[in-house]
Amino acid sequence: MNRLIQKLQRQEGVSRRDVVVGATLVGGALLVGCSPADLMSAGSKVEPGAFGPFIQFDPDGAVTVLSKHIEFGQGNHAGLAAIVAEELDADWSRIKVVHAPANAKLYGNTTAGIQLTGGSSAISNSWEQLRKAGAGARAMFVQAAATRWNLPVGQITVKDGVVGHASGKSAGFGELIAEAANVTPPENPTLKDPKTFTLIGTDRVRRKDSLIKSNGSARYTQDVQLPDMLVAVVAHAPRFGATVKSFDADDAKKVAGVVDVYEIPTGIAVVADTTYAARMGREALKIEWDEGKVETRGSATIAQQWRDIAAGKGPADLKWQAFDSKGDAAAASAGKGAGVFETTYDFPYLAHATMEPMNCVAIVSGNKVKLIHGSQAQTLDQMNAAKIVKTLPGSVEIETLFAGGSFGRRANFPSDYVAECVTIAQKVGQGRPVKLVWTREDDMRAGYYRPLVHHAVRVTLDKDGYPATWRHRIVTQSIMKGSPMPSKGPDQTAIEGTAGSPYLKATPIVDAQLALPEGGVPVLWWRSVGATHNAFVMEHTIDQLALKAGKDPVEYRRALYAKAGAQRHLAALNLAVEKAGPRPAAGFARGVAVHESFGSVVAQVAEVKLVGGEPRVGRVVTAIDCGVAVSPDQVAAQMEGGTCYGLSAALYGEITLTDGRVDQSNFDTYRVLRMNEAPTVETYIVPSGNPPSGVGEPGTPVIAPAVANALLALSKTPTSRLPFVRAEA
Amino acid sequence: MTSTLDINGKAVAVKADPQTPLLWVLRDELGLTGTKFGCGMAQCGACTVHVNGEPMRSCVTPIAALAGARIATIESLGGQHPLQQAWVKHDVPQCGYCQSGQIMSAAALLAQTKSPSDEDIDNAMSGNICRCGTYQRIRAAIKDAAGLTGAPMVAADAAKPAASNEVDDEIAAASGSTGREKGQ
Repeated sequence: MNRLIQKLQRQEGVSRRDVVVGATLVGGALLVGCSPADLMSAGSKVEPGAFGPFIQFDPDGAVTVLSKHIEFGQGNHAGLAAIVAEELDADWSRIKVVHAPANAKLYGNTTAGIQLTGGSSAISNSWEQLRKAGAGARAMFVQAAATRWNLPVGQITVKDGVVGHASGKSAGFGELIAEAANVTPPENPTLKDPKTFTLIGTDRVRRKDSLIKSNGSARYTQDVQLPDMLVAVVAHAPRFGATVKSFDADDAKKVAGVVDVYEIPTGIAVVADTTYAARMGREALKIEWDEGKVETRGSATIAQQWRDIAAGKGPADLKWQAFDSKGDAAAASAGKGAGVFETTYDFPYLAHATMEPMNCVAIVSGNKVKLIHGSQAQTLDQMNAAKIVKTLPGSVEIETLFAGGSFGRRANFPSDYVAECVTIAQKVGQGRPVKLVWTREDDMRAGYYRPLVHHAVRVTLDKDGYPATWRHRIVTQSIMKGSPMPSKGPDQTAIEGTAGSPYLKATPIVDAQLALPEGGVPVLWWRSVGATHNAFVMEHTIDQLALKAGKDPVEYRRALYAKAGAQRHLAALNLAVEKAGPRPAAGFARGVAVHESFGSVVAQVAEVKLVGGEPRVGRVVTAIDCGVAVSPDQVAAQMEGGTCYGLSAALYGEITLTDGRVDQSNFDTYRVLRMNEAPTVETYIVPSGNPPSGVGEPGTPVIAPAVANALLALSKTPTSRLPFVRAEA
Repeated sequence: MTSTLDINGKAVAVKADPQTPLLWVLRDELGLTGTKFGCGMAQCGACTVHVNGEPMRSCVTPIAALAGARIATIESLGGQHPLQQAWVKHDVPQCGYCQSGQIMSAAALLAQTKSPSDEDIDNAMSGNICRCGTYQRIRAAIKDAAGLTGAPMVAADAAKPAASNEVDDEIAAASGSTGREKGQ
């Protein structure tokens, strides 16, 4: 999902406290003199247990790990549980994982201070925290056994959930709970020497939820059924920014099962006994929209405006912000002739298109709120719900459920779909549960897309064929604008990946700038965020430069990584190239790409051929340096899935607008990758002793440039626009 | 108005309007929530059930069309179906939301084609979208359930990390240089 966390860390002059207090102002409550976490938790009833907020023990010896992070596919619950189990020396088969309640003080993301799953940070931000939690609980059981048996602490062992002693004495965790709970938790428990890990890094670390996700019993928001619950659907405006002018609900209210119809800020809500009745009721509505302030541009117009801005023909008051620039900027625009490479790239809006459309269950009783949904940013959801019902964020209880995907969509600053549900539940009132259901069409047309982006690149090569000057312009709508964390520097979510690129480090003169024009289409982070376009631009440009210089693209990268001191890039590239072997499968061409995001470096060698004019990807050899791989199997799963997600967008993904209206509505018009088009991804993990870094997102942005580079090798034709396969040329 | 449907081997009386798609009767009226809503227009396959043994998109099938038909949902497989065992063994699911539909499509395939080829799998499964991109493991699990795979996948408790001699960092042994490819 997002770079919110990295964003928070990078913002110059914005402290964590500023961020959280700013966010709290958005929530409508201003409390001075409390710590930010206290403030976010005010009114909350959540208390940690004797063994801390993350671990609970059952009398039968089973261990429950409370995950502060939502599981919506990433496999983080397996990894988080393994970190605890490793230090606890628990029996892996007796570990369960549940979602923790909402409480920023206990369950805040350690890099952001608010409870949020994003930035591929679930494992990395929990690494030290959960190792300490596991080791601390272990020490409490060891002390309890030593006391019970009157033996020295140093002689007590723990293995597979059994506390023991060489004399033959032994007791399971369950038998020692009461005594262990009375031991004072150690402040700084001794952590294991990683050399002695027996679980982390092994293929024993497997998902805990595969069975319930294979027999239909896993519970998602869509599945919530509560006594007396109503189902709500909302008629949204056809264009962004429209409001209700007038409506006639007479026919809707005549539909059997429809209970009521309300006007809410985002449209007209129909509440009914069943989903089907609510949808039939909505179809019977007559609504007139006030379109005085709507976005009326089509996506082609917006794209042309972005191109004009990059070409210096934008509005005079639009500000350019420099990043990674060095040397004489004028030199980057100078020079003509054979040594100059110049190109542009256009990227469309992208929908997340999760399998489970957005939805939420809310219960409002007076100033108390309960939310039951796949909450990706519990603290934001608490704040936005609190603002609506005028209460404290801590008075908003959240039961986090599995979500049928998110890819960033379920976390946004106004909590769009959550706020809509709370608004309706408040109107229904009386503590009656309301389930808001968005149809696929609602979901696809609701905005919060990956922004439409334009890049313009101009590079001059030195006598050896390597970049001497690099001029780069990026034009896009800002994801972070309007956030509680106003940006002082350039919006990192727009430039990450060009900013920090080893290729810019290896170039003596760089003139890189960002412009952020306004737009009426809501935009959001989308799995791997800025890397979705920056990786493509940098990696595809490099292959074009190598072609121009008459060099092999792999050797060209190696030389630039050496210049930039990019050792991790080099190691990942070398591993992928080595594992790919000398030549592609018959009929396929190869393309290579390497990109760092969320602290991890991914290199891919993709084998591509054209089938009926469309690129078809066969084998994809992936190497990742993600620090310590807690669950190698789930790292592989994320490389497989991330590659498919990135490939789906690269091949087909495109949301377009005509006169401000979204053209796509369902999977018939928003084509996505299917079984017969899916590649076979091999994953190799670069050995590393570094702490874990991101895995959920870094596998996504590399495949598109790898495919473009393969097509370049195949046909000498560069790609200047995604998706590869377009409805019309 | 009451209709009677044959669902998972039982005669079930339902009150819904006859034009209501089966999906919403299963989910809202009968509480059989394993069958998922994804698109509402037979594009994604998340709602796949069996009708007289054939895979059918319940989101576009009104119950009026199902009188006398045998309907089976994911709940009818019981959890120990060879496909479900293979799904667990390969850790196929990620978000999991599409997997009921995937398994129902795969079960219909295996019921008719004991040893499906890659092309058979493509043909049977391309109507089922997985946005997490678990396709490669789905393919592997179908082949495994069909008895088409040779060596069994690494058992969940047996594997040890591959030792690395490429770097001398002490944690490297714990992390391992792990190559894996679940597709074949």
